[in-house]
Amino acid sequence: MVKKQVMFTFPEELIKEPIIYNLVNQFKVVPSIRRADVTEHKGWVVLELEGDEQDIEQGLAWVTSRGVRIDPVVGDIVDG
Amino acid sequence: MSYATVLKCRKCGQEYPIQPVNLCDSCLSPLEVTYDYEVMAKNVNRKSIARGPYSMWRYRDLLPITGEPIDIGSGFTPLVKATNLGRELGMDELYIKNDCVNPTYSFKDRPVSAAVTKAREFGFEAIACASTGNLAASVAGHAAKANMKAYVFIPSDTEKGKLVGAAIYDPVLVVVEGHYDDVNRLCTTLSQRYNWGFININLRPYYAEGSKTLSYEVAEQLGWRSPDCVLHPAGSGLSFTRIWKGLGEFASLGLIEPVNTRMYLAQATGCSPIVDAFNAGVTHINPVVPNTIAKSIALGNPADGYDALKIVRETGGAACAASDEELIEGMKLLAQTEGIFTEATGGVVIASLKKLAASGMIKKDDLTVAFITGAGPRTQETVSDVVQPYTVLPTVESFEKVLGAQL
Repeated sequence: MVKKQVMFTFPEELIKEPIIYNLVNQFKVVPSIRRADVTEHKGWVVLELEGDEQDIEQGLAWVTSRGVRIDPVVGDIVDG
Repeated sequence: MSYATVLKCRKCGQEYPIQPVNLCDSCLSPLEVTYDYEVMAKNVNRKSIARGPYSMWRYRDLLPITGEPIDIGSGFTPLVKATNLGRELGMDELYIKNDCVNPTYSFKDRPVSAAVTKAREFGFEAIACASTGNLAASVAGHAAKANMKAYVFIPSDTEKGKLVGAAIYDPVLVVVEGHYDDVNRLCTTLSQRYNWGFININLRPYYAEGSKTLSYEVAEQLGWRSPDCVLHPAGSGLSFTRIWKGLGEFASLGLIEPVNTRMYLAQATGCSPIVDAFNAGVTHINPVVPNTIAKSIALGNPADGYDALKIVRETGGAACAASDEELIEGMKLLAQTEGIFTEATGGVVIASLKKLAASGMIKKDDLTVAFITGAGPRTQETVSDVVQPYTVLPTVESFEKVLGAQL
């Protein structure tokens, strides 16, 4: 089991979709939401996901395919 | 000795011992080093600082370091009065903090020196970073001095010429097949798997503190005072926040008067998530996909953007962006007025300064310090069009004929 901390940024058209619910149901990952801010136009959620590495990776790939941007919570690692 | 006490979460305030971690367990926000300022104030004064070496390590008492510094000679760089550039922009009290002249040619030597010193204290045998330029060179250089192994990760689309500045120090250079985001993802995973001191991950709180020395120096070089205005570029926003923290610390120690500085932040238009949030009047920084030649500050998901933005607003400053065309003009203007050849990021600073002065946000008699954080030669292809020589035959006649009006 591994833990991964990520930030989801939702575009306006996905605000009302139950993305995290579907992620949990389809990929055997346990989410722990730590910070979030959702408005009618935009939303972001900082969360920790726990599960098998493969499940987490597949789950994140699915979230990305839905149009949600995923970033590491530590921000960009690659610096100039 | 060190006056550092704990790491503290910037959002929820939870405290952690001094250890190699960078995120709060509870809210996953960044951690920051805090100090016992009461004790520090009893022992740190202008005289004790003046007794120190002419390098960033004269401020050692204000850094979270207990061991012997890994010092390649970083800091105490020139603060020059920019009379020619000031005249051009209509500014009477303009200064340039020229941090191009650090040992690996950028301000990164300050935070990296602090981080590598701390990495050795923690007992790491290897340090690592992901970078396309300045950070890579600085980490590799400091690792060489510290006799530590360095792993430097680079996106595969990085130009080979940019890697020489790091490769010369003989780190383990790893080119990752993929793009920027792939390198981000890989390095985050590797940092959990290997016991390395990762500069931008588990060493980040200590890395950050090294940047404070920039503002300490400016205050000391100005005769122990804070500027009216500071203009600094922002990638992650980390060093911008530490410039502010450094000034505040000097004031709280009684080394300078209370700080009334307005903080101005500069980004490139092609990667300006902090400027966008400032202009939109929001507090959340929405990540963007970078598209600018100012690679040193092309961080689409700035880890410290929230705090940098807060400082801009609270001090009555502003956030300003410059396009690639404008920044190139800025690079040329700085070189041709003050003799300082900066990288593209410095061009962003000068182009932004021009806008801020023209708009009246920074006034003619404001004592303003613009921070130039990296040298130009590493990315000289951005201004290669300046090379337009006269070609002459090896005779006086030819010389005088070709140059004509230039003589």
